[in-house]
Amino acid sequence: MKIKLQEIAHARSGDKGPNSNVGLIFRHPEVYNWANKHITSTLVKSHFGSLVRGEVKRYEMNNLWALNFILADSLGGGGSESLLNDAQGKTHGQALLLMEVDLPENLRALINE
Amino acid sequence: MSKVIRIANGQGFWGDSIDAPVKLINDGPIDYLTLDYLAEVTLSIMQRQKLKHPDAGYARDFVELIDRVLPALVSKNIKVISNAGGVNPEACRDALLEIAKAKGIDIKIGIIKGDNIYDNLDKFIEGGVDFKNLETGADFTTVKNKVYSANVYIDSFSIARALNEGAQIVLAGRVSDPGLALGPAIHEFGWKPEQIDLIAAGTLAGHIIECGAQCTGGNYSRWHEVEDLVNVGYPIIEMKNNGEFVITKHDSTGGLVNRQTVSEQILYEMGDPTHYISPDVCVDFTSFDLVDLGNDRVQLSNVKGFEATSTYKVSISYFAGYKASGQLTISGPNALIKAQLVANLIWTRLENAGCVYEDKLTEFLGISSCHGDINKTPDQVNEVVLRLGVKDSDKENVNRFGKEIAPVITNGPPGVTGFAGGRPKAQEIVAYWPTLIPKNLIMTDVDVN
Repeated sequence: MKIKLQEIAHARSGDKGPNSNVGLIFRHPEVYNWANKHITSTLVKSHFGSLVRGEVKRYEMNNLWALNFILADSLGGGGSESLLNDAQGKTHGQALLLMEVDLPENLRALINE
Repeated sequence: MSKVIRIANGQGFWGDSIDAPVKLINDGPIDYLTLDYLAEVTLSIMQRQKLKHPDAGYARDFVELIDRVLPALVSKNIKVISNAGGVNPEACRDALLEIAKAKGIDIKIGIIKGDNIYDNLDKFIEGGVDFKNLETGADFTTVKNKVYSANVYIDSFSIARALNEGAQIVLAGRVSDPGLALGPAIHEFGWKPEQIDLIAAGTLAGHIIECGAQCTGGNYSRWHEVEDLVNVGYPIIEMKNNGEFVITKHDSTGGLVNRQTVSEQILYEMGDPTHYISPDVCVDFTSFDLVDLGNDRVQLSNVKGFEATSTYKVSISYFAGYKASGQLTISGPNALIKAQLVANLIWTRLENAGCVYEDKLTEFLGISSCHGDINKTPDQVNEVVLRLGVKDSDKENVNRFGKEIAPVITNGPPGVTGFAGGRPKAQEIVAYWPTLIPKNLIMTDVDVN
């Protein structure tokens, strides 16, 4: 079943120089264990399309049921140099929550839990 | 029962709620109030203010706040730690002492010196520091003549020293943001630099509260589950001497503290979570345990760290040309198509006038400015805000752009409005140059009146 990440996860984003980061936090350890295998940096890079010019790097945080993504060169220069409306990547977290994923049947009971 | 100290954050950045610190003081018990006023480029504004007026160069908002709350701070014995001193903590202290004197209050204020290296850059370069850009590796000589400010993120033990010497208000310039909360814990519990896991715990605690309400229900993914955001409570750390701590807020306040609000904030502006580098320690953010105790209380324990690096981070700001942006609202049938036409008219007219820019940008607010093409554009939208921006080293060229926006209201398509505030004018770009300096070259000092 296709769902959006917003139904199983939280996100927060901000700037790190010319890059942004998105913390993606799951509400249940079982969903995190599944997501850890399936939500790759390649998938995230492709979701953001032209918004992210550089590479996407991924870090795991098992203690928080969370993944941290660094989106390289995603802020048009970053900080005060950027011309972008969202020069600090404040909205990149919300953008990632729009990503569609195919959640396995055995985890569906945890949607919006 | 072991001692618990309550460290609050009432200001996550310069511009945050001016009432939040007042409520933290009045709505329940706290021992320490931390207030952050410095973003990466704030110091450049302050440095330029100080060049014009030797008595300026600090956060005036902080002085106004202390004027409001000083009697309560004294009667409740709440200590305040802030980076509001900017590039002129001495002048900030003088302004505070004047207020205290007018109220007949005797107060000890400590200032922390040694972070501002603006006047010593040449000396350091002669001594072999290259100030190479930490992110790009670029050579510092490319920007050296355009530097506005240069400040070292100094360690938190100097904050503890000022408290040890009896300061009720500690005024720093550039210290690390988590250090504002770590300093009081070092002071209260006598933590030593070599007690790495304790310093790591205090740093994590400081990181969680450093952006104010972002850990108590603000900016939260499940915003619809947060009650009474109007009266959102700002965060409080309840720290124990073993480094175990709870994140909470005052009982009477709105907002939400749970596993997810705290986890979201832990990941805010995070790089490699196994190596969170501060001036005091490297923290492993994958090491600790987080337990939601319910009732707006989240407990963190077993934080692990590594030894601090041998360098301090330096925040340098420099002049990087000019920019301007302007916007128009385009409404009615085919709003987006008309907005695209308006953008094309403006850019082509500028081109025909011989204006070329180092960088320019066209955005359609309401359609794609934040999320690009992740979401499909609806067939019809009621209105679109067109936002245009340019960047260039030639100030007049940037100002010429500002003159080309208003004309399309009468000589472009219909339904164009929202041109407010006059022609966009060229603004200086203050860019950020992160770099490092060996710790042994920086002398910090504490001065309590």
